Amino acid sequence: MNPEMILSLALGVPLLGTLLIVMAGRVPNLREAFTLLTALATFGLVACLYPYVVHQQAVRVELLTVIPGVPLAFKLEPLGMVYALVATLLWIPNSLYAFGYMRANNEKHQTRFYACFPLAIASAIGIAFAENIFTMFVFYETLTFSTFPLVTHKGNSDAVKSGRIYLGVLLTTSVCFQLLAVMWIVALANQGDVSSIDFTRGGIFREGLASNAIDPSIFGLLFFLYIYGIGKAAVMPVHRWLPAAMVAPTPVSAFLHAVAVVKAGVFCVIKVTVYVFGVDTLRRYDQGGWLLYAAGGTILIGSLIAMFQDNLKKRLAYSTISQLSYIVMATALLTPLSIFAAVVHIVAHAFGKITLFFAAGSVYTAGHKTQVSQLDGIGRRMPWTMGAFTVGTLSMIGVPPAVGLVSKWYLINSVIESGRIAGGHFDEIFALVVILFSTLLNAGYFLPIVYRAFFKPLSEADQKHPHGEAPWPIVTALMFTAGLTLFFFFWNKPMMELAELVRRAVG
Amino acid sequence: MELIQRNLPALVVVTPLIMGLITSIIGRRGLGWYLAMGTTAAVLAMSIQLLANVLDSGTQTVTYLMGNWPTPFGIGYVVDPLNASVLVIVSIISAVVTLYARKSVASEIAHNRLHFFYALWLFCITGLLGITITGDAFNLYVLLEISSLSTYTLVALGRNRNRRALTAAINYLVLGSIGACFYLLGIAYLYMVTGSLNIADIHDILANKVFPTWSTGAPMYRTTVIAGFAFMAVGLSLKLALFPLHGWLPNAYTYSPSAVSALLASTATKVGAYVFIRVIFTLVGVNFAYTLLHTDTVLMLSAGAAILFGSWMAFRQTNVKKLLAYSSIGQIGYITLGFALGNAGGLTASVIHLFNHALTKGGMFLALGIVAYRTGHTRLQDLRGLGRKLPFTMAAFTAGGLGLIGVPLTAGFISKWYLVSSCIEAGRYEMAAIVLVGSMIALLYTWKVVETIYFGKRDENAPVVKEAPITMLVPVLLLAGGSIYFGIDASLTSRVATAAAHFLLGGAP
Repeated sequence: MNPEMILSLALGVPLLGTLLIVMAGRVPNLREAFTLLTALATFGLVACLYPYVVHQQAVRVELLTVIPGVPLAFKLEPLGMVYALVATLLWIPNSLYAFGYMRANNEKHQTRFYACFPLAIASAIGIAFAENIFTMFVFYETLTFSTFPLVTHKGNSDAVKSGRIYLGVLLTTSVCFQLLAVMWIVALANQGDVSSIDFTRGGIFREGLASNAIDPSIFGLLFFLYIYGIGKAAVMPVHRWLPAAMVAPTPVSAFLHAVAVVKAGVFCVIKVTVYVFGVDTLRRYDQGGWLLYAAGGTILIGSLIAMFQDNLKKRLAYSTISQLSYIVMATALLTPLSIFAAVVHIVAHAFGKITLFFAAGSVYTAGHKTQVSQLDGIGRRMPWTMGAFTVGTLSMIGVPPAVGLVSKWYLINSVIESGRIAGGHFDEIFALVVILFSTLLNAGYFLPIVYRAFFKPLSEADQKHPHGEAPWPIVTALMFTAGLTLFFFFWNKPMMELAELVRRAVG
Repeated sequence: MELIQRNLPALVVVTPLIMGLITSIIGRRGLGWYLAMGTTAAVLAMSIQLLANVLDSGTQTVTYLMGNWPTPFGIGYVVDPLNASVLVIVSIISAVVTLYARKSVASEIAHNRLHFFYALWLFCITGLLGITITGDAFNLYVLLEISSLSTYTLVALGRNRNRRALTAAINYLVLGSIGACFYLLGIAYLYMVTGSLNIADIHDILANKVFPTWSTGAPMYRTTVIAGFAFMAVGLSLKLALFPLHGWLPNAYTYSPSAVSALLASTATKVGAYVFIRVIFTLVGVNFAYTLLHTDTVLMLSAGAAILFGSWMAFRQTNVKKLLAYSSIGQIGYITLGFALGNAGGLTASVIHLFNHALTKGGMFLALGIVAYRTGHTRLQDLRGLGRKLPFTMAAFTAGGLGLIGVPLTAGFISKWYLVSSCIEAGRYEMAAIVLVGSMIALLYTWKVVETIYFGKRDENAPVVKEAPITMLVPVLLLAGGSIYFGIDASLTSRVATAAAHFLLGGAP
């Protein structure tokens, strides 16, 4: 099979999966089998593309031309590969987890639930391999819409209200800012002021700015429109949708709002910074410096809010907001090594955070507990779950032997290696302070949970309601992702190879 | 065949006219629908053929002389890429809505009047097609009245469901007649100056003999021409329901029979927009209308206000039919904004939105008609929980709603893309912002309905509702499917609209 075919299949198989899932709606076992098969097949296909990316072979698929001059087209590229691999890999344990979770909690409309997942995955793959900014925008929007039924799954007034915030924030930002930027750039491309609308090494603005065809302030404005047009990256103040989305069943929060959707956001931020605006160009024209502070502020404020959340999933959500901004801040540092760190953190955070969410859902399923204050002594009843939770915690803080340390290591390195700390550059000093301080905060809001679970005695009320571990699919899934979190500390060759390729594309 | 092929431009208009007369005479006992259906299907075939002929011909125009009388003495029909595409829009919608009308109309109108309904229906379509195809400004007025008079009656026929249809019809009749009169007055002024009623002829005389004198010391007929154009512009704005002259529209759409609302919303205002474009770009020319009189500024202000006001009023409605009506006022703003920009991109956006919005809004009105057919009402609370009862209808409605917002992969997105791009190109950033804000308000009003459909709980004792009969469902799915298809592959619509835009600008002085 040629790589073009594999790429097309990777986009098509999830859609086929949706069809099969809907058709098998009346036979739950068959439906779940189709879900798992689709997940495996999709990951297999994406993994098959890996060698082509490493050998930097040009693989391109043009689907159709929506508007003359603006095609829906896809192209293999290392950064997209990282995101696509993470998303499709974690879909497998998440499917398994969902089977256990949805059945144990007697959730309704399960067919609709399973049918929406592959659509979201197809959108994610579309974003990952988009060749131009238009394609990225289109799949960014389909991702929003395909996840809306999942967020509002419960259908009660809470879900409807949260759904409004979810759609309202994501659509308003993407339409008013991102779409405007996309159309503006396309208009510039039609006039020949930017070199193309495709993602290009070094960005597309270099010539236009050099020849004064584009004013640097317009360039900076477009960058602003793009960053805040990518609401999925949840840089404050457009983060409100993420805590709202926690109303969804846990498999949705775990997979979409720790991996697929939010990583789509930060992925897009990295992608446009590197391939549309250009790291060097942004530096040369001194644009986008504000992003470092916006992201740094989000890291700290997000962590502080997380500190005071008693609802476990809400605490995780604010932690996600803060962790996403690590990636954005790393991007905003605008050095090859910091971009490298950003790419690695996409992977590291995904493994750790999905584990934490899995554990939260497991506690809810087995013990019907949603608040941190209810978790006293639960570690003895659910050792596997809380063990995995601890692994996730270590990764978030950046303690060995969890993969979280790897990305933090490179991030700090990139700050120091830039040699600007000694020069007294405020940007880098600020970044360093944020990293150090937020590490303390991370420990401050995660370790108490671990402490409660393992070292505090069970409350009297809990002693009357004995329960054990969650069903086996849940436990298997969370052990798997906790295992990945540890494993990638010791062996992480694909991640490093791809990140290195991105770094070379930057420098 | 040769005979039909040669006389196509005349047949497109004459066929529904004659069939309308026949229907009113022999259309009893349900025969009316069959006659109307056959006629609209034939008209659809003919207009598609005409569009193909026009695009294939080297000059991009097909001229037809009525009774072989040469213009400007006789009436000439001129088909170019612009009105050929409007013809196709009108005939597609009328064929699809006629298919739908059978059950819907039978449930809303007394049986002994059905044949009159279909006769009027065909007259209305005759008028719309005629307005579009004619090259004669006075003939245009006559056809405008044919379509308007039949429309007033069609609206009034909604009285069985709600008596307010009668006042809506009167209101429409008064304002519509004022609009038509203003147009006629405008034509009269221009006739005073040029002595001609043929659009191309008036244009030539104005451009070659009248306008050149204006820069000299002795301008000819300056006030007369300006007054004439002003009368026409106001009259057409009324017909088009351009803010702030939209007053007749909400009630007329809300209280007329379901099929009539769909037909009006997707064709009548579109034809109004077409005439406006024709008057500005072909009759008087952009130099006069935009450069000299700055009509574009006025139009842009109106369009911007229409987008914001219409969309906001839509959000505030509790009757879904009225919500769609106000949304149409906003959408008319988009169309007007496109041609007010005056560049090729803007005109393309206008033409493409004529088509895309006809599909989208037509489909939504039809879907809502199914709700009326099954529940008897179109209030927001009647739609609660219908997502489970009418899955296909409501999916089509939702698809239409996404189109109104302009979500990617719907036809509405393509329109918005062209519109915003040309705003940026023309340096009108504030209008680009208004379009985007407008689509956010569209999100508000669409979501209000979508939430009710899918998350609302149906009353315990509400009557059982089942999915629509197939003859009603197919038209809805056709239009909704079309609005998705032309959002994914817009190459056909883009090509036609671009051809129309370039033709218009090429023909402008």
